[in-house]
Amino acid sequence: MIKDLALIMFTAVLLENFIFYRFYGCCPFLGVSEKPDTALGMGFAVMFVMTLASAVTYGVYYLLLVPFHLEYLQTIAFILIIASLVQFIEMFMKKFIPALYSALGIYLPLITTNCAVMGACLLNIQSGYGFIESVVFGFSAALGFTMAIVIFAGVRARMAFCEPPKAFRGMPLVLVAAGLLALAFSGFSGISF
Amino acid sequence: MNQIVLAVVSFAVLGGVLGLLLAIASKIFHVKTDERVPAIIEALPGANCGGCGYAGCAALAEAIVKGEAKVTACSAGGAEAAAKIGEIMGETPGKMNRVRAQVMCSGTTECAKHKYVYEGVHDCIAASKLDGGDKTCPNGCLGLGTCVTICPFGAISVRDGVAYVDYHKCTGCGRCATACPKHIIKMIPFDAKHWVGCMSVDNGKTTRGYCDVGCISCKRCEKACAFGAITVNDFVASIQYDKCTGCDACAEACPRKIIWTDERQVKAVTIEKEHLTEDARGTGE
Repeated sequence: MIKDLALIMFTAVLLENFIFYRFYGCCPFLGVSEKPDTALGMGFAVMFVMTLASAVTYGVYYLLLVPFHLEYLQTIAFILIIASLVQFIEMFMKKFIPALYSALGIYLPLITTNCAVMGACLLNIQSGYGFIESVVFGFSAALGFTMAIVIFAGVRARMAFCEPPKAFRGMPLVLVAAGLLALAFSGFSGISF
Repeated sequence: MNQIVLAVVSFAVLGGVLGLLLAIASKIFHVKTDERVPAIIEALPGANCGGCGYAGCAALAEAIVKGEAKVTACSAGGAEAAAKIGEIMGETPGKMNRVRAQVMCSGTTECAKHKYVYEGVHDCIAASKLDGGDKTCPNGCLGLGTCVTICPFGAISVRDGVAYVDYHKCTGCGRCATACPKHIIKMIPFDAKHWVGCMSVDNGKTTRGYCDVGCISCKRCEKACAFGAITVNDFVASIQYDKCTGCDACAEACPRKIIWTDERQVKAVTIEKEHLTEDARGTGE
């Protein structure tokens, strides 16, 4: 059991990293990676929401959609759940953990439309994971996302000091750098257990 | 048919439950926020420049409502924002001491002498780490545009190796003055007519060695001023703005022509947008 969970975690973080392998969540990856500290903030927010969303969508899928044979509506159901969940968490945090609320700031509502969260929930169902496995997968996928975005923010901080040719300035160079980073991570693939 | 009804009903229930949950949550977790806060945020410029000393416009709005900050705290918004905020808070704003940034250096690339050729990172802070920068004068503008990058209002540009503040755009937030590694950007009253474009605190002979236009502390301006508004201390002239009447006598007396007025500076620095942006970015072409 532990071995299985460790394997899920390792796979989600390194082998099948959400950004470099699956290309989920590329929008915040490019948008919020200008500074390492904001990148970390976004990472924590994603971790928080993804873990909870994995747990809740698991419940809804197996307790509501499966008994009524409505599996084909999972996409709509999950969007609904994730959006309300983020709203709920936001209200909860504003009341009880205002420090964390102000630290995460705008990133929390942004996650409502983050495809990485949605992707994690759908992958949980697709892979047939149980409840604990789903939660672990959701958490470690977000961990992989955080790692990727923080590393990339470091790369971008260094890139700010270089003077590239005109055509490469701004987003083009960022995309090239993201590609190179993804290439580096592809070195993990092919490891078998 | 049955399937459709089932789907509609279960989603209506799901949506209803979630909606109800959120409605209850918003009641339970309701945090009392002052309705004046969003109104003040609306009245502020929203540049989040941090000139007021708070983390951003929203933080300032909260501080104003709490009474920690004055309604005139936003220098970027000026009197207009202060009036609006005063209306929201129900108090009349006091007189604004509007300020603007001024680069106290006239040492353009032609005038100032250089110690070495700097070919590093295009940033004043980086350059100042290398023996204080490439200019011989320890208080000269390095002209690599750290202030240009930091200005949230695009008011600064670099021309001939010296930063130049467009006072039409400057809101007086003071970020450039904090960022400048040479500390040669000073905040002066917005309606100030004259300023001394030099901060060299070395004696006349040494300053002559630095630059063709540095203040040589000849005290001619001091003698020319009938109001005692301009004095030479530490080998550099400085104007006391509470006494200055803007009569232009000091500017005429200055043999180095570094007591500037806005008209003179605008004339000297013809703004060619294209040229300026190229310069500021430092394409290295």
